[in-house]
Formats: sequence, structure tokens, C-alpha cells
Amino acid sequence: MTNILEALDWLLTAEAWAGPGGLWARSLEHLGYTLLALGISAVIALPLGLAIGHTRKGRGLAIVATGAARALPTLGLLTLVALFTGIGLTAPMVALVILAAPSVLAGAYAGVESVNQATVDAARAQGMSGWQILTRVEIPLGLPLILSGLRLAALQIIATATLAAYVGAGGLGRQLFLGLQTYDYSVMLGASLVVILLAILVDAAFGVTQRLLRQVPGLAGPQRVSGPRRDPRNRRANGRPEASSPEAPHQNRANVTAH
Amino acid sequence: MTWVLDNLPRIGELTLAHLALSLPAVIIAFVLSIPLAWGANRVRVLREPVLTGTGLLYAVPSLPLFILLPALIGTSVRDPLNVVIALSIFGLALMVRSAAEALDAVTDDVRTSATAIGFSGVGRFFTVELPLAGPALLAGVRVVCVSSISLVSVSAVLGVSSLGSLFTDGFARNIIGSIVAGILMTVVLALICDLLLVLAGRMLMPWQQPSRRRRPLPARAREVSA
Repeated sequence: MTNILEALDWLLTAEAWAGPGGLWARSLEHLGYTLLALGISAVIALPLGLAIGHTRKGRGLAIVATGAARALPTLGLLTLVALFTGIGLTAPMVALVILAAPSVLAGAYAGVESVNQATVDAARAQGMSGWQILTRVEIPLGLPLILSGLRLAALQIIATATLAAYVGAGGLGRQLFLGLQTYDYSVMLGASLVVILLAILVDAAFGVTQRLLRQVPGLAGPQRVSGPRRDPRNRRANGRPEASSPEAPHQNRANVTAH
Repeated sequence: MTWVLDNLPRIGELTLAHLALSLPAVIIAFVLSIPLAWGANRVRVLREPVLTGTGLLYAVPSLPLFILLPALIGTSVRDPLNVVIALSIFGLALMVRSAAEALDAVTDDVRTSATAIGFSGVGRFFTVELPLAGPALLAGVRVVCVSSISLVSVSAVLGVSSLGSLFTDGFARNIIGSIVAGILMTVVLALICDLLLVLAGRMLMPWQQPSRRRRPLPARAREVSA
């Protein structure tokens, strides 16, 4: 426990936070990496996942990608890419995108697939085109799972971005490895606490976004339509989406490895 | 390739170390998750706090947790025990929710029927609810197993020996073969363990076997239906 107090002491000093190598700068850098990697992953994986969900073709790809991403060791991928690209940001970015994209893909695919087939058929019967069904029915209704995929990806990226410093990039991992190399446990622990806090904050931000989105009529799934909301049995059956939805990609993955 | 052949004994050694770190964690996570999930389902007020709490644990990045744990439980950062405990926590974070949902999916009808034919609370749990939740539990364990095996390697940056050491060594000494061998071994290990879990599931839950339905009816049943 004294270690934690020492780390907190260090965290409360001004010099730990100030300057270009301070915790503020590193936290921003860490967040920047996270946003960049999440953005790239989303640009690559969202359209692909939506297409797979919409057409129901290429499910094998989604299944293999998510299964492989779970088994791939982050550090191995990171160091391997780093040996080819050299020290810097490229290796972590490539590794982060490879790791995060499958979660986004699985979320998008599971989200679209989760939409009740009767609803899709009804939309088609109304004369909606395939594109309209995707953008006006499948994406809005599948949004909780699509967001869960992004949330999971963001968490994976924050965790892995800590390792970016191992191959010479910045981020909060810098302080962590600095502490490790100099046997300064309080610096190591302090930096770790900041990473943990950052991860929990980002996770909470996603949770709040998901909760807020559910207030928008027509968004976020059939549970808005079916039955009174306060009915406990109903709530149990649907689960609390912001709590249960992060699991959806996992469950998806659980089935995944089955093949 | 020559590097791999020259270093086969070391790769074998590290594979064993890797298993020694990950398998206990999977087992601990599974064994602890059942009572936690049972309790969470039983005491409804606790359900959400327990599930959200363990979900939050999953948000904690692995490397910082490896470093934080020693301060909380007094292990050393380079202690394998530290890694096992951290991995068990991650496993629990995933497993408690799966287990709670798996056990919750057993319908009340089944529960009341079991009670009606005379099962006691404990007997009902082990002979009715647990087997029925089995397939969903297995799915959860498989996820935990594969992700633990891939997570272990992160601990190599702290100096704990595992297949991850092949990454740190390979990176420090610029040996691509070492890193590739490490990645391949980790994936192969994960696949083998996953396969073993599936086989164990088949053995423990023979009623789940998909081929069973296709088997011709036993002679006696055919006579009856004729």
C-alpha cells in the first residue's frame, strides 16, 4: 500500500505532469493514438462489417478475422511490424489497426444481423431500396452492437498503445517503461494508474454515449418498441444494453472459434 | 528458419512456461466465476453491480494491471504468480458475465420442475442448472482460454518468461525468426487448447453432439414406431 501512496505522491507533483514529456502531454498523445487507430480501423472495418451483415455474404471472413485477432499476441505483432518499419509510430499504428479492426467488423456485422428479419422484410415491402434499408433500418437498429464493437476496439487500442513505447513511440507507455528501466516503481505505478484511469474514462464515455443514443426515438434497437420499459422481466430479457452489449462481440467470437 | 531449428529446446521451454502461466489462470477464472455468477443471479440487487464491476475490470489494460497488482497484494512485478493472478482477474471479468447469463438462461419452468420431482437446491444446481448452462459456459471458457494465452506474452516486457520472451529477445536482437516463431507458437497453443476444450465439452455434454440426431434410431425404438 505504501507503494501506491508513493505513486500518488508522484502523481501529485507538478513536474510529473508538466512539459513535453509530462503526463499531460503523454496522455494527450495516448488519446491521439487511440483516436487515430480507432478512426483507421473504423474506416476499414465498418463498411466491410456492414456489407457482410447486410448481404449475409462473407460471414466466414468475419468469423476467421475475429477468431484470429483474439489469438494473436499483441506484443508479437507490434515487435514484428517494428522490425520492418523501424522505430516510430508506423509499427504501433499497423499493429493497433490489425488488432482493433476485427472488433469493429464483428460489431458492425453482428449489429446489422441482430435486426429482426421481419423488420427488414417490412422495410422492403414498403419499397425501400437495399441502401435505404441499410442506412435507415439496419444501421439505426443495429447501433448498440455497432457501438459496442467500437467500444471494445477503443479499449484494446488504449491497452496496446501502452506497448507502443516499447518500440520507440510515445504515449503513456513512455513513463511506464522509464520507470521499469530505472527500477522506479512509483513512476511505473503512477503511469499505470493514469493508463487505467484513461481506459475507464473512455469506456465510460462510450457507455454514456450508448445510453444517450437510446433516448433518441427510432434508434438503438427493438427494445424501445416492445412493451413497457419498466417491466422487470422485459428488462431482464433484453438485458441492460449498455452493460450487456460489450459482450456481444465476445459472444460472437465465442461462436467463432467453434468452427 | 535456422534460428528456430537452433533454438527448439528454448522454444519448448518457453511454451511450457507459457502454459504454466495461462492455464492456471483459466481454471481459476472458471472455478471462481460459477459461485460469483450464481450469487449474482440469486441476489438480484447484486447482479448489476457484480456484472458491471467485473466488466469494468476488463477495461483495465493488461500491462498496467501487471504493474498495479504487486502494490495491492505484495507480489513482485517479475513474479509469475503476479501474472497468473492478473490473468485470472481478466478471465473473471469475461467469465462472470458469461456464466451469469448462461445460468440465467435456464428457464424457471425447468427449475420448478426439478424442484417438483424432489431436487434439493444444491442437487438441482449441480445436476440440472449447471449441465443445462454447460454449452454457454463452454463458449465463455473458450474465449477466456484463447485470450489468456495471447495476453500472457505481454508480461515478457516485465521480464517474466513466456513465449513473449521470444518477442522481446527477437526485437532487441533483430531476429525476425524469433518473433514469428513466438506468434505461431502462441496461435497454435491457443488453437490446441481451444480444440481440447471443445473435445472436453463433447465428452461432458454428449447430448450436444450434432451428429447424434443423424444416427439411425435404435432397433427397439424403430419397432415401437412401426
